[in-house]
Amino acid sequence: MGFFSRLVSGLKNTKKSLSEKFKYIFTGNEIDEDFFEELEYVLISADIGTSTTEEILNELKSQIKAKKLKKTEDCKVLLKEIITNILLENESPKFTYPLAILVVGVNGVGKTTTIGKLAQKFTDMKKKVVIAGADTFRAAAGDQLKVWADRVKAKYISGEQGADASAVVFDAISSAKSKDADVILIDTAGRLHNKSNLMAELQKIGKVVSREYPEAEYHKLIVVDGTTGQNAMSQVKLFDEAVGLTDICVTKLDGTSKGGFVVELANMGEFALRYIGVGESADDLLDFDAKDFVDAIFE
Amino acid sequence: MGLFESLGERLNHIFSKLTKHGKLTELEIKQAMREVRVALLEADVNFMVAKDFINKVSEKAVGEQILNSLTPGQQVIKIVRDELTSLMGESNAKLEISSTPPTVIMMCGLQGAGKTTMSGKLGLMLKKQGKKPMLVACDIYRPAAINQLKIGAGNAGVDFFEKGTINPVKIAEQAIEHAKRMGNDVVIIDTAGRLQINEELMKELENIKKAVKPTEILLTIDAMTGQESVNVAKEFNERLEITGVIVTKLDGDTRGGVTLSVKAVTGKPIKFCGVGEKIGDIEPFHPDRMASRILGMGDVLTLIDKAQASVDEAEMKKVEENLRKNSFTFEDFLIQFEQIGKMGNLSDIVSMMPGFGTKFKVGDIDETKMKKYKAIIQSMTKKERLNPDLIKASNRKRIAQGSATTIQDVNGLIKQYEQTKLMMKNMNSGKLQKMFGRNFKF
Repeated sequence: MGFFSRLVSGLKNTKKSLSEKFKYIFTGNEIDEDFFEELEYVLISADIGTSTTEEILNELKSQIKAKKLKKTEDCKVLLKEIITNILLENESPKFTYPLAILVVGVNGVGKTTTIGKLAQKFTDMKKKVVIAGADTFRAAAGDQLKVWADRVKAKYISGEQGADASAVVFDAISSAKSKDADVILIDTAGRLHNKSNLMAELQKIGKVVSREYPEAEYHKLIVVDGTTGQNAMSQVKLFDEAVGLTDICVTKLDGTSKGGFVVELANMGEFALRYIGVGESADDLLDFDAKDFVDAIFE
Repeated sequence: MGLFESLGERLNHIFSKLTKHGKLTELEIKQAMREVRVALLEADVNFMVAKDFINKVSEKAVGEQILNSLTPGQQVIKIVRDELTSLMGESNAKLEISSTPPTVIMMCGLQGAGKTTMSGKLGLMLKKQGKKPMLVACDIYRPAAINQLKIGAGNAGVDFFEKGTINPVKIAEQAIEHAKRMGNDVVIIDTAGRLQINEELMKELENIKKAVKPTEILLTIDAMTGQESVNVAKEFNERLEITGVIVTKLDGDTRGGVTLSVKAVTGKPIKFCGVGEKIGDIEPFHPDRMASRILGMGDVLTLIDKAQASVDEAEMKKVEENLRKNSFTFEDFLIQFEQIGKMGNLSDIVSMMPGFGTKFKVGDIDETKMKKYKAIIQSMTKKERLNPDLIKASNRKRIAQGSATTIQDVNGLIKQYEQTKLMMKNMNSGKLQKMFGRNFKF
């Protein structure tokens, strides 16, 4: 059989995929090498990278040894616990107001949509919201955001395409102050994290907020596409270097992706795992919950 | 995280215990393939794809004679890379053009993959090829998507068609009629991003397909996609029988294993890649380059292409002449710096070079360093610039002071100059293939 046909038939078997696989893995068999290989498959398929997967499995192995476990079914809770514990170290502290959230990320991850949803969320909490459309690069980004702003009747400050993004932020902060707003949400243009000139521009935008609005609690939230693989780590690392990230939001988890890179991100630094996006409507932005998240990996 | 050391280094480590060259044994291959597997997985090649690939390559590699010119590590990489290249196959497949115009190109993919941007890029590319494309806005869901496409069409200088936000199938049909009347020979249909498991929206795509019978159905996929890429590609292909794939955002630092995964499950050629935010940033797909990139070995060929596209011919001719005469000087180096500046971001370029990809991060090498180097060269006397051998220790001190840098900086530049001289010499004498292939030290 050729490579392609072999693979396709291979995938058919695994298409019923992780859930069935899991039932099968944890059903009372002996713990052996095959068991760990299956687990490895599941974790890596969820986009938990090779090294973190290895760490998790090593931890599992040592706990199995310590607790003298013999059956695979005893391992399920244990495995979930190990991963949940990694995530729990990065729980999100509560917001205080006034609040400024700078939203950053690479192109197409859903920054603008996330801001729209955030605006809704804060408006529902009876907070007064100002939105800064500082994505002055992408064609029609401003229009897209304005639709969201209008929906929640938030004050919307933007600049023309090609305008100086920092100036837009400056204006929006002045507006937020004069209107006594509780929350300012700042949309920025998507940029690939390895472009140092664009990252320098972002750094400048970031500084405008801390300089002009010191009284606000300042969050720097990166939005990462849930279908991303190992590149998520590079994104977070380089955006962190540019603006000093505080929060992470993972979008598009309503597909079949598991977003397992979050486990690796939790291992990387003290970022608050803040939100996950699971759909297109405003209430599809959920607070991150470590336990639910891990359950979803094993569903 | 990326590889801490390159695949090549790790393989060489495994093979370092081998004293003499012979045939690759099963055990060695097994050890080596463990590293290759990690490299593939870290590049986001799908688990199953990687597994099958490894099995296949292992069979091939056992018993292979190690060539005299290669170390065992290099030999394994060569086998792996050749195999990867052939699997990703058909070097830069062209767009199918219908014999009865208009040629209809239908874009599809997940949200945020870059369909709208890519539609504009395709439009411009085809226009440059003498076609008269029309972009059609069928994304009726995302706020302002239509406007984004309209602006893209304007930037590309191609025609644009919209018809509200009610029925994308009707819009597509009317667009084709309109194109026929207006004499547009290519119609590019931008559709809304959707999840492959969204039944209703997948059905919509099937209906558009049925209505307009596209010449090309191109799946647009983000180069940074992880393990799920196979399910996405498989589902789109099964529902729509795509004709090809476009990989976007390849100008990022992702290793792009998605390209192998997608090709493996669909068997469809990867036709183009998006490599930047500007409307001209579209390139044909090169399987050989991608193979090196997936293995974390950089992308020298793209680098060279990029260099060729953006340098000033006349200026570089001078440099080249000097190279030919083997009299490459700091003057030439200065010109080069300016040319490199035009090529775009330095760290992008560096990230494409083998061995640098994972070691250098943004900030290690950047424009400020370039500026520093420029200042140093400008602090040299004309004589020194033309004859770098003249620069002795005492001169270096003076140059450092003159350029407000340190002697270490000056030394660093001189070292880099010497390396560049060597590299350019190799390029010039057509040894590029050799440098990239056999003789390159991993």
